[in-house]
Amino acid sequence: MTSGLQTAAYIAAAVLFILSLGGLSSQENAKRGVWYGIVGMLIAVYATILGPQVTLNTILVVALIIGAVIGVLLAQRVEMTGMPQLVAALHSFVGLAAVLIGINSDLDPPLGLSTAERVIHEVEIFLGVFIGAITFTGSIVAWGKLAGRLSGKALILPGRHVWNLALVLVSLLLLILYLNHAGSWTLYLMTILAFVLGAHLVMAIGGADMPVVVSMLNSYSGWAAAATGFLLGNDLLIVTGALVGSSGAILSYIMCRAMNRQFLSVILGGFGNTSGAAQAIEGEQVAIDAEGVAAALADADSIVIVPGYGMAVAQAQQPVSELTRRLRAAGKTVRFAIHPVAGRLPGHMNVLLAEARVPYDIVLEMDEINADFPDTDVVIVIGSNDIVNPAAQEDPNSPIAGMPVLEVWKARQVFVSKRGQGTGYSGIENPLFYKDNTRMFYGDARASLEQLLKLVD
Amino acid sequence: MKIGVPREHFAGEARVALTPASALQLQKLGHDCFVERGAGAAARFADADYAAAGVTVVDSAQVLYDTVALVVRVRAPEPHELAQLHQGQTLISFFWPAQNPELLEQARAQGVNVIAMDMVPRISRAQKMDALSSMANIAGYRAVIEAGNHFGRFFTGQVTAAGKVPPARVLVIGAGVAGLAAIGAAQSLGAVVRAFDVRPEVAEQIESMGAEFLLLDFEEDGSGSGGYAAPSSPEFREKQLALFREQAPAVDIVITTALIPGRPAPKLWLTDMVEAMKPGSVIVDLAAERGGNCDLTVPDQAIETDNGVTIIGHTDFPSRMAAQSSELYATNIRHMLADLTPGKDGVLVHDMADDVIRGATVTFDGEITYPPPPPKVQAIARARPKAVEKTPEQRQAEEEAALRKTGRQQLALLIVGGLLTGVIGLFAPPAFMQHFIVFVLAVFVGFQVIWNVSHALHTPLMAVTNAISGIIILGALLQVGSPNGLVQILAGIAVLIATINIVGGFMVTRRMLQMFRKS
Repeated sequence: MTSGLQTAAYIAAAVLFILSLGGLSSQENAKRGVWYGIVGMLIAVYATILGPQVTLNTILVVALIIGAVIGVLLAQRVEMTGMPQLVAALHSFVGLAAVLIGINSDLDPPLGLSTAERVIHEVEIFLGVFIGAITFTGSIVAWGKLAGRLSGKALILPGRHVWNLALVLVSLLLLILYLNHAGSWTLYLMTILAFVLGAHLVMAIGGADMPVVVSMLNSYSGWAAAATGFLLGNDLLIVTGALVGSSGAILSYIMCRAMNRQFLSVILGGFGNTSGAAQAIEGEQVAIDAEGVAAALADADSIVIVPGYGMAVAQAQQPVSELTRRLRAAGKTVRFAIHPVAGRLPGHMNVLLAEARVPYDIVLEMDEINADFPDTDVVIVIGSNDIVNPAAQEDPNSPIAGMPVLEVWKARQVFVSKRGQGTGYSGIENPLFYKDNTRMFYGDARASLEQLLKLVD
Repeated sequence: MKIGVPREHFAGEARVALTPASALQLQKLGHDCFVERGAGAAARFADADYAAAGVTVVDSAQVLYDTVALVVRVRAPEPHELAQLHQGQTLISFFWPAQNPELLEQARAQGVNVIAMDMVPRISRAQKMDALSSMANIAGYRAVIEAGNHFGRFFTGQVTAAGKVPPARVLVIGAGVAGLAAIGAAQSLGAVVRAFDVRPEVAEQIESMGAEFLLLDFEEDGSGSGGYAAPSSPEFREKQLALFREQAPAVDIVITTALIPGRPAPKLWLTDMVEAMKPGSVIVDLAAERGGNCDLTVPDQAIETDNGVTIIGHTDFPSRMAAQSSELYATNIRHMLADLTPGKDGVLVHDMADDVIRGATVTFDGEITYPPPPPKVQAIARARPKAVEKTPEQRQAEEEAALRKTGRQQLALLIVGGLLTGVIGLFAPPAFMQHFIVFVLAVFVGFQVIWNVSHALHTPLMAVTNAISGIIILGALLQVGSPNGLVQILAGIAVLIATINIVGGFMVTRRMLQMFRKS
């Protein structure tokens, strides 16, 4: 295949990737969008393999086959509740690939570069490896936290900002040494430092901020691919990397706005330091049993369900779906309210509910449903906490003050399905639980809902 | 504990304090139930039904009083009835201690412990035994039905072949339980309902029932404690009457439910308003027993004025629906007894430390315990002061300021970005700049495209970007043919993991998207 034809194939692939992402603007177009992406990828890979620079050898074929098999197995085995972990793991792969390609490029540099071109090329290698390395270890730590292998708590080392800054500065110093032909060891040392930096950055971020971290790593993996594209002079890599990078950046921005936090303060980690005494909460949490909830549901006309990470943990989406089906069959309006940061991944709840066959047209975003709560008879909060916390609006000293929240307390009655009396992931007291129209439905969400299902027909 | 229910002797009283269903529940609490022969007849509960539910039917009230330890009634007993009770016995019924001081004194002297159902505090926990509310609910409903009975027109508006019928206009004054029930009943019959209350915080409740809240532009909050209204100032009253005067010619049915605890009913619908109403209009005065909200109300009678307005002053609305009201009242009583027998073992624990029981008890151990200490919890949260509305000019100015701010930010970003690009252009070789153009444009396309992605699809978006960021495989493919063995191996690993990404990412996205379905 000539180089011209190859470029044409790359253009086609780039266009298909853009269409693929654009297709996700609605559920109807999304399936076609994925096909665009698959076709684009096939075109790009075939055009490269058939191109003049690539020789087919055993390593290549074996690696392709093994990779494809593992990919298929992963995709088929993953539980929808495990999506955050899978996404984090896949990010780490892109990061590692970027590191390997950068190091290869250092081992086997292209010939016939002018001085200026070589400097640019070396900067590109360094940058590609740096971003790739941070993405790699950062994603591994994120995976560990999401999969429960590591503690979800933020690890706060003394002087952590100084450490991070020092790591970046030393890396910069190594870049200067590298450009002055100090040898490949500078690149390897920087790789190790970037590994440490990536791990440390994510260790310092608490579990509730995970949606931001995952989308941020998504963005990094894109920038790593773009940097690799620069060092190889490959426009398709640059375009794709830029697309993915900006996608992740927008997701991070949306998540941050949904929590009313500055992007920088999330990235620097250490969430939970309050600036003043939180307002004392008056009243008591009043418990209710399944019979009480069932009776209220029987009387209600409009019901809103607010799922959170707790629903995913308890694997309660199936009973939730069944409950929804029965209530809808009884002629009641049932809708779901999804906060942008519910769960551990942007859009996590939507996927879980879709898996449990909840129709997506009754699953609404915060902005679409917040005004409807005063007209709602019953709200069922399942395993969510901070996203329904009235302190965000009422208590200026609360750590989540100003965060947009679902105003469930305006409904006539609120039932909170919750494991125990403790505070949520972020450790903030929730005055909702003490309100007069709130009843606590204690117990594992799945067990509670199954109990409830027996009483609703 | 033996519980006895005598027949009500008050004229027109058809309710009974025990139903066969509530008797079954009381037996579960460990009590034995007794009922005087014929006590439930007027409410359509036959003696045989009671007997079938395990209740002992006795022949006379005297036998009943001699047998049982606890007497449950609907109406307060007449003095001669109270005289039949013995020292140490407990009586549960409506009692109205403020209106009946002699009766209260008699109960004290006789050593009878009296729990007055009308004194149950209005707090959330006690709602289940709040008989005033359950009776008021029935009264509100029945008031609409009675009004409809005397009103010669439809409630609902209709367009028929024989002409257009306007909907009836109903005004409800006082949005307590009875008022809200009346609003609901009139609304569901199709009338256009307006309602007024001196407590601004009930506006939301009125609107939730589908009625229009008549707003009085006056700075005074008419809320008293315990969810009742407090007396209003003369100026407020004048404003309020002016509002009603304005409404009088337009409305077809007026239902007044205004009561202030411990006082005669306030006069709100004056003679001139009645005169201003259209012939055929109906006034239902639910406050008739306490003197009436309307000047012309005659308690216990339905009268017609000279200008053809019917004024209904019945005081026995709940009793007119005896089966329903007995059922609800008996349930209130059952809940009260459940609180009085915490062990479910038939042993009465008259716990004066309990807010609800303390509040309802008016005589205990030979002492008068009325009035109770004030309730600690407010029944309904007060309306919050509304935030100051911004004028349109202010809002416009704010919007413009925000727009200018974002404009300035964008300009600053563009300048900084342009300068940076310029600096890079100064030093970088042309080949790099070629790629840089592509990069910058791709970032912009990415931003434009991603903003349109639906929130619900964010997880599939991440999975699909994961897959396409596997494009990094191209880099590895180009390197895998290198003569350097180490490079070959590293590139091979990179190909492998990038393939996992591509295949895994696309497949899992497809799996997810297939799950999204419409109802």
